[in-house]
Parts: sequence; C-alpha cells; structure tokens
Amino acid sequence: MEILMSILIGFLFASAVYLMLSKSLLRIIVGTGLLSHGAHLLLITMAGLKRGAAPLLGEEAASYVDPLPQALILTAIVISFGITAFFLVLAYRAYQELGTDNTEEMRGNEAND
Amino acid sequence: MSLLHLAIFSPFLMAILVPLFYKGLRKIHTGWFVLILPIVLFVYFLQFLPVTRDNGVFQRSFDWIPSLGISFTAYVDGLSLLFALLITGIGALVVLYSIFYLSKERESLHNFYVYLLMFMGAMLGVVLSDNLITLYMFWELTSISSFLLIAYWYDRDRSRYGALKSMLITVFGGLAMLGGFLLLSIMGDTFSVRELIAQADVLNNHPLFLFAMILILLGAFTKSAQFPFYIWLPDAMEAPTPVSAYLHSATMVKAGIYLVARLSAIFAFSEYWFWLVGGIGIFTLFWGSFNAVKQTDLKGILAFSTVSQLGLIMSLLGAGAIALHFEALDDNIYTAATIAAVFHLINHATFKGSLFMVVGIVDHETGTRDIRRLGGLMSFMPITFTIAIIGAFSMAGLPPFNGFLSKEMFFTGMLQLLSADIFNLETWGLLFPVLAWVGSVFTFIYSMILVFKTFTGKYQPEKLERKPHEAPFGMLISPIVLAALVVLFGLFPNLLSYSLIQPAAAAIMPSIVPAGEVLDVHVSHWHGFSTELFMTIGVVVLGILMYLTLNKWIRLYSIFPGKVTLNTLYDTGLYASERGSYNVTKAYMNGSIRTYLIYIFVFFIGILGFTLWNKDAFTVSTDNLAPIGVYEMVLSAVIIAGTMAILAAKSRLTSIIALGAVGYTVSLFFVIFRAPDLALTQLVIETVSVALFLLCFYHLPQLNRDQEGRRFKLGNLAVALGVGTIVTLMALSAHSTKRFESISEYYIANTYEEAAGKNMVNVILVDFRGFDTLFEISVLAIAALGIFGMIKLRLSKKGEGADE
Amino acid sequence: MNNPNNVIFQTASKVIFFIIILFSIHLFFAGHYYPGGGFIGGLMTSGAIVLLLLAFDIQTVAKGFPVDYKIVVGLGLLIAIATAAGAMLFNVPFFTHAFGDVYLPILGETGLHTAMLFDLGVYLVVVGVTMTIIQTIGESE
Repeated sequence: MEILMSILIGFLFASAVYLMLSKSLLRIIVGTGLLSHGAHLLLITMAGLKRGAAPLLGEEAASYVDPLPQALILTAIVISFGITAFFLVLAYRAYQELGTDNTEEMRGNEAND
Repeated sequence: MSLLHLAIFSPFLMAILVPLFYKGLRKIHTGWFVLILPIVLFVYFLQFLPVTRDNGVFQRSFDWIPSLGISFTAYVDGLSLLFALLITGIGALVVLYSIFYLSKERESLHNFYVYLLMFMGAMLGVVLSDNLITLYMFWELTSISSFLLIAYWYDRDRSRYGALKSMLITVFGGLAMLGGFLLLSIMGDTFSVRELIAQADVLNNHPLFLFAMILILLGAFTKSAQFPFYIWLPDAMEAPTPVSAYLHSATMVKAGIYLVARLSAIFAFSEYWFWLVGGIGIFTLFWGSFNAVKQTDLKGILAFSTVSQLGLIMSLLGAGAIALHFEALDDNIYTAATIAAVFHLINHATFKGSLFMVVGIVDHETGTRDIRRLGGLMSFMPITFTIAIIGAFSMAGLPPFNGFLSKEMFFTGMLQLLSADIFNLETWGLLFPVLAWVGSVFTFIYSMILVFKTFTGKYQPEKLERKPHEAPFGMLISPIVLAALVVLFGLFPNLLSYSLIQPAAAAIMPSIVPAGEVLDVHVSHWHGFSTELFMTIGVVVLGILMYLTLNKWIRLYSIFPGKVTLNTLYDTGLYASERGSYNVTKAYMNGSIRTYLIYIFVFFIGILGFTLWNKDAFTVSTDNLAPIGVYEMVLSAVIIAGTMAILAAKSRLTSIIALGAVGYTVSLFFVIFRAPDLALTQLVIETVSVALFLLCFYHLPQLNRDQEGRRFKLGNLAVALGVGTIVTLMALSAHSTKRFESISEYYIANTYEEAAGKNMVNVILVDFRGFDTLFEISVLAIAALGIFGMIKLRLSKKGEGADE
Repeated sequence: MNNPNNVIFQTASKVIFFIIILFSIHLFFAGHYYPGGGFIGGLMTSGAIVLLLLAFDIQTVAKGFPVDYKIVVGLGLLIAIATAAGAMLFNVPFFTHAFGDVYLPILGETGLHTAMLFDLGVYLVVVGVTMTIIQTIGESE
C-alpha cells in the first residue's frame, strides 16, 4: 500500500508542478491545489498506514495510528484553503486590472521606473 | 518587575500617551506633559546617591528569556547613576527648551516627543542593564530613535541623508558589538557584565579575547563618533537643535564612552586596549578640533567640537587603564585620568548643552547659523551672549569655569603617561601630551570663533531673514540653568567629588578600589606653577595669536584635497553597493514567476537528490506494508484519472470539477487511513472550495493554452517528472527507515492524563501544539483580510498597468 | 445565481440548513472526545451558510445573518489569544490549559476544559474567514 501511495504521490506532485509551470493563472492555482493534496497524502503515508485504530481513545484499541501527522494535515488543509482562496482572488483581480492571465505578460517593468 | 524597571520602561509607556495628549489637548503644548516624566525620574534617581556614595550597588532582576540565560537585571552603581542623572536631568532641560523651540501649530509634536521618549527609555536601558543582551537591545533602540529624530524634518534631503548615514554607521557598529558580546559570553559562559568582570583574569588569557575587544570597540567608537567613524555626527546636525543638544552631545554619543568605561574592568589590563582607546581617542581629539576651526555653520563647529571632546574623554579612559598595572591605591597617580574622564563627562554635558541651546536660539531668532552672515548680535541678545561666553570659555579651558578644571586634569593625565614605563610609552608616550596640547589650541580657537564671530563684529542686517531680538524667557531657562552649573562646578568642583565622580570612577576600576575604601578625589584650582599651568598659558597665548591671524592661515585648509575624504569614501561606497546589489539581483530576478518556480524546483530536485545519493538514504523495505484492498485500487485510479483530466482539460469547468473529484477522493483515502477528523475536514473544505471556484468562475478568463510551445512544455515536463521522482523516492525511504521512536508516543500516552481529552488529533491541535493552531488561525485571518482588501479597496489608479 | 423557479431547492435548503447547523454544533462540542472540533465545526457551519447562498442570493442571506464576519474573525482571534494568555494570570506559562469537573445545575457533573474556549476561538475564526471570503467575492459581481 505504501509503495502504491508513494507512486501516486509522486504522480500528484509531478502533475502539480507541470501545471504550476504553465502560463495560465487558473492552471497554476489548480496546480497548487493538487500539490497540497499530494503533500497531505505524503505526510500521512510517511507515518505508516493502517497500523491501528483511529486516534480516538474511545476506541480502546491496543494501538492507534499516528495522530501527529493527522494534526499537521488538518492544519495544512485549512491553510491551503486560505491560500487557494487568496490566490484565486489575486488571479482574478490581476486579470481584471491587467487584462491578461498569462504570467509571462504580467512581468513587471520595475527596471524602467 | 520592580520600581527601577518601571522607571526604565516609563518613557515607553509615556510615549503611548503622547498622541492622546497631542490630539486631545491641542491648546497646550504637548511638551508640558512630557516634561513631568524626566523631572520625576531625575528625582527618583537622586535617591540612589546615598547608595552609591559608598560604592554600594542596587540591583533588581527579572527573568526575560530564562532558557537562554537572558534576564533583565537593572543595576545601579556610580557609573550608571551618573549617566541616569545626565539622561533625565539634561532630558528635562531639553524638553523644556523644546517647548519654546518647536511651534505647537506647525510641527508634528507627537512624533517628536514619541521619538524623544523612546530614546530616553532606551538610553536609560543601556546604562542600567547588567545583561549584555538587554544592553544591546537598548543600544540599537537608541540608534533607531536617533535615526528617527535626525529625520524629523523628513521632507528635507539633508535630514534623510544624515539620518541614514548615522543609522548605517551606528547599527554597523552595534552589530559588531553584538558579535563581541557573544564572544564574551562564550568565553565567560554568562551574559552578566558583573559576572564577566569577576572572571576578567580568565578572559584575558582566552584566544578570543582580542577579537571580542576589537568588535566591542567598533560598537563604542561608531556610537561615540571616534575617528574614522565620526563622519555621521556632523550630518546628524540636521536634527532639531534640542535633539542635537540631547542626543548628539550630552547623552547618546556618550553611550560609547559608557561602554568603554563599563567594560574597562574586563579589557583594560591589555596593552591593545590602552593603545586603541587612548590612541584613537587622542587622535580624534586632535582631528575633531582641527576640523572644527574651518566650519562655517555654528552647529558644524559644535559637531566637530563634540567629536573632539568625546575623543578627549576616550583618551582619558585609555590612559586610566594604566592604573591597573600599579597595585597600591595610595600612590597610584594614574587613577587621576579616569577621574578626569568622569569629571569632564559632566562638564562637557553642561557647557556643550548650553552652547547648543545658544546656537538654537540664534538660529531661531535670526534664521541662519552661518557665521559669515552673523555678527554683532551682542547688543540684541545680551543674555544669550553671556551664556555663550560662559559655555565657550569653559570649553576653551579658561578659569574659573569647570572646563578649566577638567582640562588641567586632562593635561595631568596625559603628562603622567610619560612617567609610565610600560607599553613602549618611553618612546611613544610623548605623542599624547603633544597631541593633547595641539588639540587644545584648536579647541581654544573654535571656541572663540563660536562666540565672537556671532556676537561681536559687524552687524549685517541685510543678510538676515528677520530682525534679531532676545529669545523668549522660556527658551532661556534651560541654557541659563546649564550655564549656572558651569559656573557652580567651576567654583565649587568638590560638590561633585564624592557624590558623583568618586563612585563613577570607582565603578570603572573596581579591581583597584578595595571594598569599603574610596578613591581620593579632590579637585583644586591651584596646583602651583606646574607643567599643566604652563601648558594652559601656552594654549591661551598661541590661541589668541592664531585667532587674530585666522584670515591669514585659514586658507591652509584648502591644501587638503577635497575629494579624498572619509565622506567621499562613504558616499561612493554606498552608491557602489547599491548599484552592485541591484545588478546582482537583476541578473537572476527577471520578473517571471515561472523562472522563480523553476529555480525553486530545480534546487529542490538537486538538494534532495544529492542528499539521498550522498547519504545513501534511499532504501525500500517491503516489510510491514499495509495490504492493498480493492477500495484503494479504485480510489488511486480515480485520482489518476482526475489528474489526467485536469492536465488535458480544455475548459475551466472541467478542471475545476476534476480538481473537486480529486479532493473528494483524497477525503475517502483519509477514511480508509483511519483519520476521521481529516476526512470530515477535507469533505467540507472541498465543498466550500468548489463553491469558491464557481463563484470566481465568472471572473476568470478562458483557458488559453495555445501560447505554450513544444519546447516550453518539454522543459516543464522534465522539471515536473524530476520533482515527482524525487518525492516518490523520498516517500519510499521515509516509510522504510525508522531511526527513532516517533514523538507521537508521548501524545498517545498523555492525551487523557495531561489534557483530559480522547480525540488525540483535536487535543494536539488545541493543547499540545496550540501555538501552531494560534498562528494558523492568524494566517487565515490575514488571508481573509487580504482578500477583502483586494476586492473592496481598489486603490489602484485607473488605467495604470492596464495596457501591459 | 438565483433561480426564481427553484422552489423545491429553496424550501429543502431551509430545513437542511438547520440540520447541518445542529450537526456542526454537535461536532464542535464533541471535538475533545470524538471526531470534530473547532475547524470541522466551523467549516460545517459555513458550509451550511454556503448552501443557503446557493439556494438564495447574497442579499437575502446577508439580511438573514446581519453579521460582519470580519468582526467574527477578530472576536475569534481575541478569544483564542485571551485563553492562551489568561494562563499567565495564574502564573503558569502561556497556553497552559486547565480542566476539571464542575457541578452545573440541571446538567449535573460536567467536565469543563479551557481548551474548549480556545476551540471556540478557532471555530469563530474559521466561520468568519470562510464567510468573509465567500461574501466579498460574491458581492464583487
């Protein structure tokens, strides 16, 4: 399972990076979304999968899965939501102001100031 | 927290109230409220006089960062008390003076007093801290408040230039000093100055000793405007005159002197210390006074004069270090230099403070400080003239003023070096009295220029902006008080001997003053026909001659090449480093997000790949694998299909829906991996995200992928595949190696006992790692405000950037 | 995105909204012992409001909940920080939680925990942030 997951995560990362390197803003945002999914799965995979009950003491099991990565991922999920929303608004405001969603055309001209 | 700590922090607390006073009570000058504080503090610090009189100390401490050994120990001994009294006493006079100097209608007083109070608190912190780290913190705070005060009239170019210059130089020195402090703490294993002093012998033989000394001296020399770092002080004169009087002559520039005095007990035994402190001090004395003569701006004269006087005190501290090499207190004549240093420190604050205020009055009443345009003001401002005479004669070292006494003691200190038989003083020692004497001649000349060029000579009304008249009474109070002190200390110097000078000098040299004993401090006017007296007479005679013939030899200054100055060095250096860093940055920051991302990803691949290979970290273990069920196969397949759909998507809607599908599938994975909290969160977040995407949907452009060429895509593909491979390898290795027990065991074991919860994930979030969560919700709040700002506050100018 | 003919959706969403809100509150309180907590509860609550947004339009919902969500964010942060800093008043380090069983009228013996207060802060921030984002974007049309 872990090996399958590792490959799946690699695939998610590769696709995310490919999307983020493209020129269209929307694809970049979708790419970051995929990247965070990959990162979350990576975290939970690194701790080992299915090695016990869910981390609730009410289960009264002999062993529990590692709760720490779950806590980290929970934080990460919410943060990535915030980031995605921020990106999205940044993108559409940039589009409204600059009239393009091509990042190559958005390059600043601070050198001429 | 004690009352003493409160005293240090009170200026900061007061600073919070200042804007309220300024806004709420516009009718009354804000300065009147501020004035209360330094007076109260001055009285408070006066209470410590009986404590330090017998070389006692008073100390209060509270832990600041105990894990790093940093505590905030406030410590009052003779030296810190002297400075604290100077800071609060001169501070009160300066605030009083500023009330009349700065108009409440035109100036932004709240800024001024907030900065001034900030400085006052920081300076008190510097002189009262025992801990090196707190000292450093307050030290830099004085640099910052000085920066703000110099740039008070920030719409003037010269002000900004001067502020930046002082900031760059003093903060550079401050950082060097921090390095020195850290070395000291490594050597002595403590941040406490007193504990370091206690083990001075050990430190002296440490290989890092010299290095630490040089770094700390860099800090002291930049702050106290010693050669060659003095160049910031003349430019700092752009600050309002009360600030110049307070920071740049009486207190802040003496922080370096304080530091040298305070750490003398650690370093002074070293020969390098003597040569560095004494040598640079005496040269600065000469150089400053030499340059002061050619200045035409009154404040310029005072600036160079301050540089020179600081050099004088510095050289005395250096000379005082010799005393450590002679044990017996009774016949140790070298302590005289340290006593002279302390005495001159007080005197300088009084006469230079009054002179600055006089110059401020002249500037205020005539509209210029240029001595070529001034002259004959004596009849218009008799009181100001009297104060100026007293201040300037004291500075020149004429009896019966206090400057005369300390100048005599200074000569004594320098002459005694001739009889010391260490450190090659037999050969080089003569330099000290010679430079001291030459410097004094120039000091005499510029003191005369300051008074007589301004107040006597021909009155030139056509060159003045307005008709001069005597300053309002309020403006005269502070300089009169200071001038009165000049006379008082000149006539009765022994008022200070055992109350202030002796405790301070003893605090500088704790090792030669045995407990329970005091140094013999007696200042007298008449020593008989000694060498010092003849030196003074020589100074006066030659000084008068040279002043009278000034026009004949002033042209000699133009022989010096104008371009080769330290200022040019500073300016070109600054310009070159700005250009250089701009060009370096330009070279790789080309403004394209993609380029930056490629840098990041290529480094990611490179560093992780290299580490995996170099550390031989890549392992795949097939033990202990979880079984693969049908569900997992199906879910993986869905994720892959979803991702492919995104990659191939031609429309916005497809990619958004596919992304949602991937997200929901991930949440199903969380169900399988026994993470119910994650599954729930992911499920809801995904729903909200999709709603969000759909909301923005209308605003976003169509996917347009035609511009991407084949090479572009291939490059992206290579980077993407590299990242994917590295991540896969990393995930496999991470799973296969377990080097130590996870810290999670602690959480699992303690969730109920320590935190009374049963849901470990939630307990970790709100309890064990609550900080993470606190910061996380802060980040969320910032993101929400950012989005709100981007949409609601459209500040961008219409049309700008639209055609790019 | 309001469709006047969507009567069934609108009626159903009114009912479902309350169910979701109740569920989210349950999740929030269950957090310390069972799956749930401030994050999930907050997200669920905002999910419920988003549902209403889909069924009706922004103005209607804004009328139904006349709340400035930015203030909710601030309030949440304040509660969270105050809970953490409150520990300092009792001379224990920042963020030390306290808990114990307290006898309350009607409810009887109840376990109370200051972590709950902190979680309440998280809950409010999450609701506030999500709704601020959605509302501002929605209103910008």
